[in-house]
Amino acid sequence: MKLVTAVLKPFKLDDVKTALEAFGVHGLTVSEANGYGRQKGHTEVYRGAEYTVDLVPKVRLEVLVDDADAEDVVDVITKSAQTGRIGDGKVWVVPVDTVVRVRTGERGAEAL
Amino acid sequence: MQINSGDAAWMLASSALVLFMTPGLAFFYGGMVRSKSVLNMLMMNFACIGVVTLLWVLFGYSLAFKGTNPVIGNFDAFGLKGTITGIFGAKGDQYPELIFSAFQLMFAIITPALISGSIADRVKFGAWITFVALWTTIVYFPVAHWVFYFNNGQGGWIADHLHAMDFAGGTAVHINAGAAGLALAIVLRKRVGWPREPMRPHNLPLVLLGAGILWFGWFGFNAGSAVTAGSGAALAFMNTQVATASAAIGWIVVEKVRDGHSTTLGIASGAVAGLVAITPACGSINPIGAIILGIAAGAICAFAVGLKYRFGFDDSLDVVGVHLVGGIVGTLAIGVLATGTAIKATGSLGQAGFWDGGDFTQLGKQALAAGAVLAYSFIIAAILGFAIDKTIGFTVDEETEVNGIDQGVHAETGYEFSGFGGSLGGAARSVIGTQGSQERIDA
Repeated sequence: MKLVTAVLKPFKLDDVKTALEAFGVHGLTVSEANGYGRQKGHTEVYRGAEYTVDLVPKVRLEVLVDDADAEDVVDVITKSAQTGRIGDGKVWVVPVDTVVRVRTGERGAEAL
Repeated sequence: MQINSGDAAWMLASSALVLFMTPGLAFFYGGMVRSKSVLNMLMMNFACIGVVTLLWVLFGYSLAFKGTNPVIGNFDAFGLKGTITGIFGAKGDQYPELIFSAFQLMFAIITPALISGSIADRVKFGAWITFVALWTTIVYFPVAHWVFYFNNGQGGWIADHLHAMDFAGGTAVHINAGAAGLALAIVLRKRVGWPREPMRPHNLPLVLLGAGILWFGWFGFNAGSAVTAGSGAALAFMNTQVATASAAIGWIVVEKVRDGHSTTLGIASGAVAGLVAITPACGSINPIGAIILGIAAGAICAFAVGLKYRFGFDDSLDVVGVHLVGGIVGTLAIGVLATGTAIKATGSLGQAGFWDGGDFTQLGKQALAAGAVLAYSFIIAAILGFAIDKTIGFTVDEETEVNGIDQGVHAETGYEFSGFGGSLGGAARSVIGTQGSQERIDA
């Protein structure tokens, strides 16, 4: 099993969710995140004093998938989150040892 | 005795309006500090209502508004003795003296509250209360006597001898508070991280709400200072509106040109700068003069708030840039913009400026009044600040400041930021409740 994690622009979240549902992904976890890559931050001005805010608001999306689906899910996320502009985010995949469904105690692929 | 119920009603209403300014100021300032110190900011202002009211009843009113000495009053009205049956005002415009005393009390409350903005985020609450009690007694009551006490030529030296015009407190309130704020910002340590770290306002809607309440209350502050409900009050009311609106525009135009954006904090700050500047002048200029004064005050104060970075004093919320500079602009502008018609409408003791055919005489008097109040307040505030800092300590330790002065000093926090809804937040609370220890909150 794999854990696919994506850090994305918040306004693309709905598109990504819709695309993942269409692909057949049953569940995902979303959290708020802050960070920056090449995009860097933005400036705000208060009474003439400029502040550089280097952390940009993002969403972090996590999906547990079968090994076979991982590449496709990465594609789905990448395509649906893409704007072509700087700051679109990153997607990465890591291996997962064990998955347990808390309600039933099922393990592995059954638990997804 | 013949009570004029119209005047009495207006002055009662004005007194309530002016009191409302202090909570308004609390929210104006409270929105500008960081979320971890919003309660401390509100408390510093609300506490002034408590402390100053007590001092006022005991001896404040008497020190400010009794006697024939031009520098300081006496103790004739200790405990407000004699005021219950006393009468205030000119023949035909008379009302109970207690109403006048209540009206002036509200000025005494907001003036030290204004100072709190220059030392936000970093002072011990007890030290602040001590400072308020001492500064109000040693500085505010005498200065109010100088500026506001008219007694047929035997009142305060600025009001009844110099005849500098200060209709509603440009010198007694704004220059007075601004100079004290500057002194404390210089004497006390800076906030941890200033000016390197950004200390952004945590709630701009609160700033706008506070500015709106200030604007509303200020009609009582300025138009109430006519001490009757007549054409003088009407002029002060209209000038207040015109100058404030003009200053708000003046400030955001400067921002647009200089920074590229007109900001929310800018329009709120501009409005307050306009309110400050029109305060001394609202009874001696006409509405066209109020437009000129407002735009000038908005623009000048927009630039003045940058002074703290140039000179390196941490005036947290720009008390100097807005109140000291705005107060000076308004006080001096009288020497230029005052007109004979306006002065007659309010019965002020002064002359027209060169806008209306006058000369430099009045400008000189205005400068002398402003300079005297500025110097006196600055020196005494610096001494008090230094003395309190060296004895009981004026500022909290840096760890308390960084962790949040609300939690460290008041054992409260302004907002519940837990993202876990009721369940986890509730569980954590019940643990705190049974253990009942401060350490649990910190953990």
